[in-house]
Amino acid sequence: MAILVDENTKILIQGITGSFGGRHAQLSLDYGTQLVAGVTPGKGGQKFADTVPIFDTVGDAVAETGATVSAIFVPPPFAGDAILEAVDAGVDLVVAITEGIPVMDMMKVRAAMKDSGARLIGPNCPGIVTPGTGENSQGGCRIGIAPGYIHKRGKVGVVSRSGTLTYEAVYQLTSLGLGQSTCVGIGGDPINGTSHLDVLKMFNDDPETEAIIMIGEIGGTAEEEAAAWAKENCDKPIAGFIAGATAPPGRRMGHAGAIVSGGKGTAEAKIAAMQEAGIEVAQNPSDMGQALVRAMS
Amino acid sequence: MNIHEYQAKELFEKFGVATPKGQVADTPEAAKEVAASLGSNIVVKAQVHAGGRGKGTFKNGFQGGVHLVNTADEAADIAEKMISQTLVTHQTGEEGKLVSKIMVADAVDIEKEYYLSILMDRESRSPVIVASTEGGVNIEEVAEETPEKIHKEVIHPLLGIQPYEIRNLASKLGLYGDTAKQFGKLLKGLFKLFMSCDCSMVEVNPLVTTPDGDVLALDAKFDFDDNALYRHPEIAELHDPTEEDPREVEAAKYDLNYIGLDGNIACLVNGAGLAMATMDIIKHSGGEPANFLDVGGGATQEQVRNAFKIILGDPNVKAILVNIFGGIMDCDVIAKGIVAACGEVDLNIPLVVRLEGNNVEAGKETLAGSDVDLISADTLADAAQKAVAAIA
Repeated sequence: MAILVDENTKILIQGITGSFGGRHAQLSLDYGTQLVAGVTPGKGGQKFADTVPIFDTVGDAVAETGATVSAIFVPPPFAGDAILEAVDAGVDLVVAITEGIPVMDMMKVRAAMKDSGARLIGPNCPGIVTPGTGENSQGGCRIGIAPGYIHKRGKVGVVSRSGTLTYEAVYQLTSLGLGQSTCVGIGGDPINGTSHLDVLKMFNDDPETEAIIMIGEIGGTAEEEAAAWAKENCDKPIAGFIAGATAPPGRRMGHAGAIVSGGKGTAEAKIAAMQEAGIEVAQNPSDMGQALVRAMS
Repeated sequence: MNIHEYQAKELFEKFGVATPKGQVADTPEAAKEVAASLGSNIVVKAQVHAGGRGKGTFKNGFQGGVHLVNTADEAADIAEKMISQTLVTHQTGEEGKLVSKIMVADAVDIEKEYYLSILMDRESRSPVIVASTEGGVNIEEVAEETPEKIHKEVIHPLLGIQPYEIRNLASKLGLYGDTAKQFGKLLKGLFKLFMSCDCSMVEVNPLVTTPDGDVLALDAKFDFDDNALYRHPEIAELHDPTEEDPREVEAAKYDLNYIGLDGNIACLVNGAGLAMATMDIIKHSGGEPANFLDVGGGATQEQVRNAFKIILGDPNVKAILVNIFGGIMDCDVIAKGIVAACGEVDLNIPLVVRLEGNNVEAGKETLAGSDVDLISADTLADAAQKAVAAIA
């Protein structure tokens, strides 16, 4: 099973001809992802890597290839428009990798998507990986920019706001022999499409997922909400980590959403909420994998 | 990004948000001219990004960055004592801030002070207007002690502010008749400004009513969305680099996310989440981080080199911890950047390097083959412990 995507999911990439998008499109192809189309306005009719057809519009790409997921690698000024185009074309899932989209744009996009039935992951996220069963987890579905080779097919669900910190967690799990069902990066922006809570619910309903790692950081209250829900509703063992305990208040720590303001969004409050919910909180980022082992025992 | 009071006033005027009459001046003559166009109650204020101006002291001995005067000559006299002088307040630190401009404005008769702000609320994913009858004080304390005095309106992200929402707020603030109308006009302008300029927050504190029934924005604080500055060149220009930590200004030139802190173990990390986690583990291991530094997911050798120079420019730094998880990023690129940087600067403090991930073997070979004196570490915990031990 896994959640959101599996090895049969057909994906398209908006912005496939950019250097960043193209590089990661190739890595996804190498991983075994069913990358069936690219979209770059004005470049319809061309091919990516000699095999993947490029279309002028997402509508054409979906109609011709049956893609159900779109990954957005479009530069920030055009990313909001690209997300709405994908939603309008009827995809089920949009994964926005782009970093640096104005918050006002994301606010409007979220409001406009309200009744569409499509789900948005991100923006400013590493994407989604459902590892495959081949060598170095190949044969799975890799959408975005995560390194495929650190993964291993298995039973741990991973959800995180960060990129490299997620890789660190996945790497620790794989080193301990614990594979992953699906790894979801929900992104570091203040307004995003999918929350920790949304992903926890999906993992809870997924028969393949037997344990969960939830990685958060300072800013907002999404981790607290997810923890409160998990306390009442989730039977699966959960380990967690919150980055930013030493961050000074009022400063944005790289991610636009990572800021403690007005005393809200502190690491202490998040860690307390997670512990209160019975989540095994890693004492430091080196301890994330071991924390899950403790949670499962 | 912060802006000056006079810049805020100019933005307010552009969007029809009423403020006291006045203008900015950068010479005593200009101050005199502005003051001459005003009434007989005039306020002269030093323009720096720091609170506590009124109680501050200039390094030339002159007391106070905010003064009340009655004549144009007095205004010129005060201006003379402030311009090109350094003001020290409880927020500027001992080094103070150089005052290059002053604000000369009508000193308004205040009947009552209110609080009004608009912010981008992440939970409701909407702009939220916050208003209170308790103005001119710390609003967080009001929210803590008397939450019933805080009034909020969540605005629809696509429809924008509606007349009934303005009426609701005016009524909760106890404003009626012409005063309520003036408040409505001000709030509409403020909301338009918030949306058009990609603000993440605009705070008017205090908003005041006068005995004549006028409603004026007396002081304001802005926060703009850095991600949207590309479409507001006029706002990006308001940025005053002399008001910021010079290390942060330098880092921004190379697209590095750097925030200076007070500790002595510098860190250089790829990715914001991992960079925060690295600071945390330094602290957890008994050390104090000197900075937050995210070189990004796809850093170049050049960026790493410059990042090194910036952290070594901090005299408090006694050790450096490099923590790289090369997902897609090539560890060898980082290794070459470190070697290049160490070739240019005199590295005389311990350097702990933890590389993991993509092409890590080549990276380790690059470091081992160079003459850079470093301590290598395997895990994040190992790296932090070694960095702390190195300066113990």
